[in-house]
Amino acid sequence: MGKFSTDINRSVGEFRLSAVLLSVLLSASASQAQPQHTLADQCPPSFALDSNNQCRLRNLYQLYDSLQDRGLGGLKTALPEHRDGFSPQQIDLGRLLFFDPVLSGDKNLSCANCHNPALGFSDGMDRSVGARGHVSQRSAPTLWNSAFLKVFFWDARAHSLEEQAIGPLFSDVEMANTPEQLLADLNQVDAYPKLFKQAFPDSEDAVVISNIATALSAFQSSLISLNSPYDRYAHGDAKALNPNELEGLNVFRSFVARCSQCHTPPLFTNQQVAVIGTPEPAGLPRDIGAAETFDAERLRGGFKVPTLRNIARTAPYMHSGRFATLREAAEFYTKGRGHAVPEGEELLLHWHISDPNLTDTELDRLVDFMGALSDESFMPNVPTQVPSGLLNSKTSISLVTASGE
Amino acid sequence: MNTKFKFVLVIIIFAGGWIMGSNNNVAPVITSSMGGASYSGGFQSVVSVSAVPQRTTKGAVIVVNPGDSIQAAVELAQPGDTIQVMPGTYSETVYIDKDDIHLLGVIQEGARATMDGLGKLNDAILYSGNNVVIENFRITQYKGNGIMGQAGNNLEIRNNVIVDTGIYGIFPQLGTNGLVEHNVVSGIEDAAIYIGMSDNIHVAYNEVFDSVAGIEIENSRHAVVEHNNAHNNTGGILAFVTPGLPIKTTEDVIIRNNFVLNNNTPNFGAPGSIVSGIPAGTGILVMAADDVIIEGNIISGNKTAGIIVNDHSFATTLTMDEESDPNSDRTMILDNVMLNNGYDTIPEVKAVALTELHTGLVDIVHVGSSNGSCIINRHRYRTIGIGGYAECDFTNTDSTESYLLAGGAEPRVIHSSERGEIAYMGVCTGCHSYRGRLIGPSVEIIQAMYAGNPEGLVEYINAPVKKRDNFPPMPAQNYLDAETQMAVATYMLALEK
Repeated sequence: MGKFSTDINRSVGEFRLSAVLLSVLLSASASQAQPQHTLADQCPPSFALDSNNQCRLRNLYQLYDSLQDRGLGGLKTALPEHRDGFSPQQIDLGRLLFFDPVLSGDKNLSCANCHNPALGFSDGMDRSVGARGHVSQRSAPTLWNSAFLKVFFWDARAHSLEEQAIGPLFSDVEMANTPEQLLADLNQVDAYPKLFKQAFPDSEDAVVISNIATALSAFQSSLISLNSPYDRYAHGDAKALNPNELEGLNVFRSFVARCSQCHTPPLFTNQQVAVIGTPEPAGLPRDIGAAETFDAERLRGGFKVPTLRNIARTAPYMHSGRFATLREAAEFYTKGRGHAVPEGEELLLHWHISDPNLTDTELDRLVDFMGALSDESFMPNVPTQVPSGLLNSKTSISLVTASGE
Repeated sequence: MNTKFKFVLVIIIFAGGWIMGSNNNVAPVITSSMGGASYSGGFQSVVSVSAVPQRTTKGAVIVVNPGDSIQAAVELAQPGDTIQVMPGTYSETVYIDKDDIHLLGVIQEGARATMDGLGKLNDAILYSGNNVVIENFRITQYKGNGIMGQAGNNLEIRNNVIVDTGIYGIFPQLGTNGLVEHNVVSGIEDAAIYIGMSDNIHVAYNEVFDSVAGIEIENSRHAVVEHNNAHNNTGGILAFVTPGLPIKTTEDVIIRNNFVLNNNTPNFGAPGSIVSGIPAGTGILVMAADDVIIEGNIISGNKTAGIIVNDHSFATTLTMDEESDPNSDRTMILDNVMLNNGYDTIPEVKAVALTELHTGLVDIVHVGSSNGSCIINRHRYRTIGIGGYAECDFTNTDSTESYLLAGGAEPRVIHSSERGEIAYMGVCTGCHSYRGRLIGPSVEIIQAMYAGNPEGLVEYINAPVKKRDNFPPMPAQNYLDAETQMAVATYMLALEK
């Protein structure tokens, strides 16, 4: 862990293959990548296997309650409801699919291109790059703790992990696949029909889109990060945060900075939409965000409040990656309500966007505290080989060198 | 020309109304609120004077003298302890991240333990623990809040004097079962007492003044607000739903027997804040809150209106939230004493008044749709927009003493076998698997070493020592409580795969 290459750039189009070449390559690689793949029969860390072969999440926050069971509050507060109950096999199949470029239209992108475990399951870029080098409008959010989310995407347009997973697969500017192509490709890989059958024994024809979505959701819901220094402090270890981090916690939850009003523990998001008025990258128009999702002008420029867990791993920050460092991201909030909203732009800014006049020291301490929200102790194993045998031009290589398998 | 014509028309209609009224001068039906049916639709009422359970054993008393740090005492304190802060001035932020701490100022001949933020410090007291009591402080010149909780059930905030302190004077948030009483709070830029996203709350015998909002019950349920004196604020007592917050409702609020007087202070809330939209001269405001009962208050001299009931459309600065119901349903207005309200009201109220040809003072104004609202003795008040209010089928709330939880909100009960699994899966599996090495040795190896000896394993996880050269040292798990440590040790030793 922690040794992954971060050398990922935007030129992912260079290994594009023609369709003919691809099918040759697929069958060739499948025959090389033979016997290996038997799916795990044990759950990932933090999950207990129940008698129905389902993995059930266990974490210390289950010792606590929360108001109205909403999973919001302070230190010893329960988390929001979560997704679990997938089988070990489904989670493991999801892991293989997640890292397999066969999922993309041009066989060059896997989910891990934009959600790279080495980069906090994000990609280190301001705005992510999809098929044919298309630069998207927004940055890739982390997948850590997505089991606890109720809304997905920056603009809050999806309401389940499955719905989210399908989005990028068939988006023309992301993985640019089609359902027909994807199923055909997976069926061409020798291992996949068998693996799908292991993961979905009750399915007549297991290689179907809904099972792909289930498997990807199963894997994503297994990405649990709840053992940071902050968590140890929350559970009662008064020494788990150093004095600077503690000072930062108190700035974070103070009603001057008001961070915790939206980035509410224990998940460090309240999962609401907020209009905060960050600047767009130079030359780009205002991203209206949730205004489109909800057809509501009042939400113009509104985005889902992101979790801050593992936030130190996922620079740059904000929906279009406008801020390179956590320090700059924190500083945005103290430069004045609406300071970055251009003339003539009408935004109904969130009421907690105020003028807190934080000192430089307070900003430093906030950064210290956010750093104490990092925990990757349940990092999944990155496969050295994927069933298609396709090694992705960039990510797979860097991922493979770091693999524990 | 046109305007003059309309004006004349209005006069004629008014004259007609007056004549008809005088011809039908029948004495109204007076409903007695003494005896009769009591409200029964709320949370189960209890007779309770406290929110924090009585201690069964006495903890230590830690005394803090001027020059000492209150926070140092908090760090020293164990759950069950009491910290007594002697009169003097203390400039610090105190945070209580543990349970069952009583933080008491000592008052000697009127001199209080004073927390002074010097205009530089953020908040005076933050807490997250359960069963916290904060009493008898004087708090002034903080930039953020006087006393603020995020989570923390069973809280008592009592007999504090909070003057010229930032955004909120007293702000418990995301907790259950709280008592806020006998505090004097003034000069606050937002709400003097702000109950946010909380359940089972009792706010009583407080004096709140010279603030934008006196007492605010926001996105909270089962609250009684009684015997307070809310005067000279912009708005006196508010019960409302702010859209865009993660907890969506305000329900079951009784506002009774309060003084709500002369709340005409010009609004000095921060631009963009929710309360910045409150018109000066608001006595009681109900916005998008359901099942609010207003009873027995003396509401006097509030220049916009005595009681305003409205929906979210009234407030143009609020965000859109499709999960948030914008209407105030089931507002229930019982007997109140209302004098000289609405004498200098705002154009929005005048516009609504015009539709009913109402002129002059305004005791009660309802704007927007509402279901199931009711009132008794409506003839007493100068009202606008309550034509849809039925006659209440009860006359008082005498049967409701408080909505506090007798004995306190109970912590979640976790069986020890479940506790062991939670701790093992949640923490240990990052480094230990049943078979084979991850970061630490396998559970099989651990079982061989500690068979039949969970106590020995507890001892080790409390203070690990490095045993193997090629393994990293294990971090101590001593933050887990004794019960959890024993549960996880027992669980690990019994694990079969």
